[in-house]
Amino acid sequence: MVRMTNVCKAYENGTKALKGITATIEDGEFVFLVGPSGSGKSTIIKLLTGEIAPTVGSIHVNGYDLEKIKPSQLPYLRRTIGVVFQDFRLIANKTVYENVAFAMRVIGASNKEIKRRVPYVLELVGLDTRTRRKPEELSGGEQQRVAIARALVNNPKLIIADEPTGNLDPARSLEIMMLLERINKLGTTVLVVTHEKELVNRFSKRVIAIDGGRVVSDGMDGYYSYEAK
Amino acid sequence: MKRNNFGYFFREGLGSIFSHGFMSFASVCVIVACLIIMGSFTLLVLNVNNMIEKWESENQVVAFVDEELSDAEARALETKLEAIENVSDAVFVSRDDAFAKYLSEFDEDENELFADLEPTVLRHRYMIYLDDIEYMAETQKRIEEVDGIAKVNAHLEISEGFVSISRVVGIVSLTIILVLLIVSMFIMANTIKLTTFDRREEIAIMRLVGATNGFIRWPFVFEGLLLGLFGSLVAFLLQWGIYEFVVVQIERSTTMRIIETLSFGQIALPLLGVFVATGFIVGIGGSLTVIRKYLKV
Repeated sequence: MVRMTNVCKAYENGTKALKGITATIEDGEFVFLVGPSGSGKSTIIKLLTGEIAPTVGSIHVNGYDLEKIKPSQLPYLRRTIGVVFQDFRLIANKTVYENVAFAMRVIGASNKEIKRRVPYVLELVGLDTRTRRKPEELSGGEQQRVAIARALVNNPKLIIADEPTGNLDPARSLEIMMLLERINKLGTTVLVVTHEKELVNRFSKRVIAIDGGRVVSDGMDGYYSYEAK
Repeated sequence: MKRNNFGYFFREGLGSIFSHGFMSFASVCVIVACLIIMGSFTLLVLNVNNMIEKWESENQVVAFVDEELSDAEARALETKLEAIENVSDAVFVSRDDAFAKYLSEFDEDENELFADLEPTVLRHRYMIYLDDIEYMAETQKRIEEVDGIAKVNAHLEISEGFVSISRVVGIVSLTIILVLLIVSMFIMANTIKLTTFDRREEIAIMRLVGATNGFIRWPFVFEGLLLGLFGSLVAFLLQWGIYEFVVVQIERSTTMRIIETLSFGQIALPLLGVFVATGFIVGIGGSLTVIRKYLKV
């Protein structure tokens, strides 16, 4: 579960990125976080992954109070979150299998666990026949599937996807979104940060809209309704 | 560190050396260059010290025995002289032996000039060898205080010269070695900084998926360690070749033949130890210094 209460964030250069964000995402929800550039979306992701601390307010993520969290506990918070980026961020010299296994290896998983879990996750994202390929040999959509598999492999409670379809054509974007929806149905909370209006409106999901560092709408009525206000 | 992880860290460290081949090559070259320069100065110091020690041992004090003493009394002084602090050995030379040695320094024709001289014109004497010529003046005084010693000849100016040379060479070389050690660590750190910069995405991903700082650090430490050890072994072999080459050139030269060099076998093990230890420190120290920067968040 994610709970943000009156969260403000001011950077050292004086920029006030967030001005009192309050929102709760329950376990198992699928939520779109939308807003124009500079609205504070990226700041929220950084706050949720513990990369930066809020100036004011409290944040709870998967049972961790980020106001009180010690630096040594941050890796354990991050193991409960899977993050997917627009630019995939895959390791170029590792194969599909190795990229996904790497995420398990670096948290100390045994070889046995890796051999059991990685093929399952690659099958889930539809890449079970491409395991030996390097990222450069894959299409953009396939690369994003690898990134999703990597985010998923440690069985996180929450997946945060930051503009996951930003580099993809509409057909591949829809595939990725459907994959995230499928993962959500298996019980993982999914938070998708995007500004692709058509895509958001194809799914009847909760949409939190932010602008100028504030929540301007939060409901099931989609992205367009926010723009109409 | 789990045993399961040890193999992983080793493989990752080794794999990274090959996947960042150019940077690894640059790191090894830096280590080899610095170690060879440091090693050359160390070998220079060892050889200079060896030569000075040899010259020191040849620079003995001569103590002349009072001519009033009988042969037996003169010979009995040996125990007293050897009991003096800083005296390593006192060798008795009778007046007959001294006279014969004196004559041997001239040609047979010139010996005719001394034909009517008797050995009794000379005194019995002791050739006295010191542990440390730095304290030659004090030891000379103590020898003069022994009853039965009439006069003591000691080349204080030569002993002072040796001590000065030894000190200057030691200080200059130590300074150069320390400076080079710092320089090599700095260059190594910068080389590893480039490697880690090249791998910053990988480090970011590791942090993102919840790797602890310790886990992120170990492959880099192994990489630095392996590069350091490999560099030190290459440097040792090259140093060996260079040293043997220089020794052969000195031996062949008519003007430099006076220089006595140590054999490489005499210094190989300590030198290898110093090289490996330096490679170890530079490799691990360099990687730890740099990786810390990437582990802040």
